[in-house]
Amino acid sequence: MSKSIKRPLPLLTEENRFFWTSGADGKLRFLQCTACGNYVHPPSPVCDKCLSLQLEVVPVSGRAKLAAVTVNHQMWMPMIEPPYVVGIVELEEQESIRLTTNIIKCKENELEIGMPLEVEFEECEDVFLPMFAPAAQKSKS
Amino acid sequence: MEKFEYKSAVTGLGMSEVGRRLMRDPMALTVDACLAAMEDAGLTREDVDGVCTYPGNVPGAGGFSGAGAHDLIDVLRLRPNYHNSGLEQAGQLGSIVTAMMAVAAGLCRHVLCFRTVWEATYVQLQRTGKIRYSGGGGRLSGGMEYRIPYGAASAANWIGMFCSRYMHDYGMTKEQLGQIPLNGRRNAALNPYAVYREPMSMEDYLSARVVSSPLGLFDCDVPCDASVAFIISHVDAVKDCRRGCGVGFEAIGTANTERVSWDQGDLHYLSGIDGAAKMLWTRTDLKPEHMDMAQLYDGFSFNTVCWLEKLGFCDVGEAGAFLEGGQRIARDGELPLNTNGGQLSGGRLHGYGFLHEACVQLLGEGGERQLPNGPRTAVISSGGGVPGSALILTAP
Ligand SMILES: [Zn+2]
Repeated sequence: MSKSIKRPLPLLTEENRFFWTSGADGKLRFLQCTACGNYVHPPSPVCDKCLSLQLEVVPVSGRAKLAAVTVNHQMWMPMIEPPYVVGIVELEEQESIRLTTNIIKCKENELEIGMPLEVEFEECEDVFLPMFAPAAQKSKS
Repeated sequence: MEKFEYKSAVTGLGMSEVGRRLMRDPMALTVDACLAAMEDAGLTREDVDGVCTYPGNVPGAGGFSGAGAHDLIDVLRLRPNYHNSGLEQAGQLGSIVTAMMAVAAGLCRHVLCFRTVWEATYVQLQRTGKIRYSGGGGRLSGGMEYRIPYGAASAANWIGMFCSRYMHDYGMTKEQLGQIPLNGRRNAALNPYAVYREPMSMEDYLSARVVSSPLGLFDCDVPCDASVAFIISHVDAVKDCRRGCGVGFEAIGTANTERVSWDQGDLHYLSGIDGAAKMLWTRTDLKPEHMDMAQLYDGFSFNTVCWLEKLGFCDVGEAGAFLEGGQRIARDGELPLNTNGGQLSGGRLHGYGFLHEACVQLLGEGGERQLPNGPRTAVISSGGGVPGSALILTAP
């Protein structure tokens, strides 16, 4: 092993590899139904809206808003030290698509439900974990 | 056609000792509870012809599962016509519904149901190196890969997020939420098997350490060691039992209408509750105002908020106002809630404790904590975040 494990990481499969390695070029990607445009997550062989089997991997803006948040104070795993912020973010392209993630680069008292966020990736071994930071002011345009 | 709920009744109750770090074999706890339930029903093992449990022998369950159905069948040399266990069902009480169905289908006369936890002892064995920590080695799958890498390892994190969104949008205060654990603690003082019985004030509650905001220590239930067991009998066989009567079933709600997910559905309420609650009232003419008590799942205080609202005890977003001051849910209030202390103070009996307490109260066997005036009806629930279920029970 070249470096110590920083976090427990996802098992990469043929179905989820695109999602967890997407950040290699700085972009977040999801499956999208070619028939109806619905985004699907977690990765699945079928569109949950129209049941089409024709799904393709597409990049998204990486913009999202904070939908729910908690500041964790208890140590659950020795490798991740509290406190840290866990949030559920809603994708700009389709708000029913959510990620549970870490909210980073944000003071606890500045966390606000509804706040705009954008993706940043943390590289761990062969995985690029999408995390979210407050959106830069300019990205409003 | 008469509904299947009327085909069975609870005729036996059993409970092992309940405690923190009992350091006992979980199968021994299970046997204690199961033999007690049989004795309570006045039955022998030859009479038991069904076995149902939650979650059964699940790989990697640790202290979450103390015995599987096959283990118990072998230990007691039972000969069931039907048996079942599983994690994937309508909450812990889903296993009771399975037993009811086995009875109604004519497969069984007396089904033994049990639920065993030994989480407190298991953690102690891990800490002292007697059981190796099994997590942390391999890679994550099965849904966990979307949460654990972010340190969102506990239901306290997942439920904390829902609670934050609910409080943000509906204005429920921490003091209002705190009425659930405070009520539990008051009730636990009257319950000899409750884990935490010493008084707790609002100040104690508010000043407790934060686990995962907005949830503090007393919003989280108490892992413990215990087994709870029941005999579910065919109504025609109730007369053969010790009491000659049983606690009846009026309605079940097991519907799951949402995504089985901790983040892809409505973020105001835990998933797995809405469908079960709605289905429950379609199977009875009784209404929420007819319930003499509620024993509602409180793995976290916020689970109970979701159940209270989804079961229709208050309007959308009104649970905070309903809980204000705590009088409505007190022993002498309009809806006595979690009269054994719930899991928050009584101990994490994991769903089965709610059925046990409802039966004790409906049989009038609550001793010091018996509700006055002979309660006739109870609504109970388990689950939330994972698919849940709800039941209405009636006095003999
Ligand atoms: Zn589609």
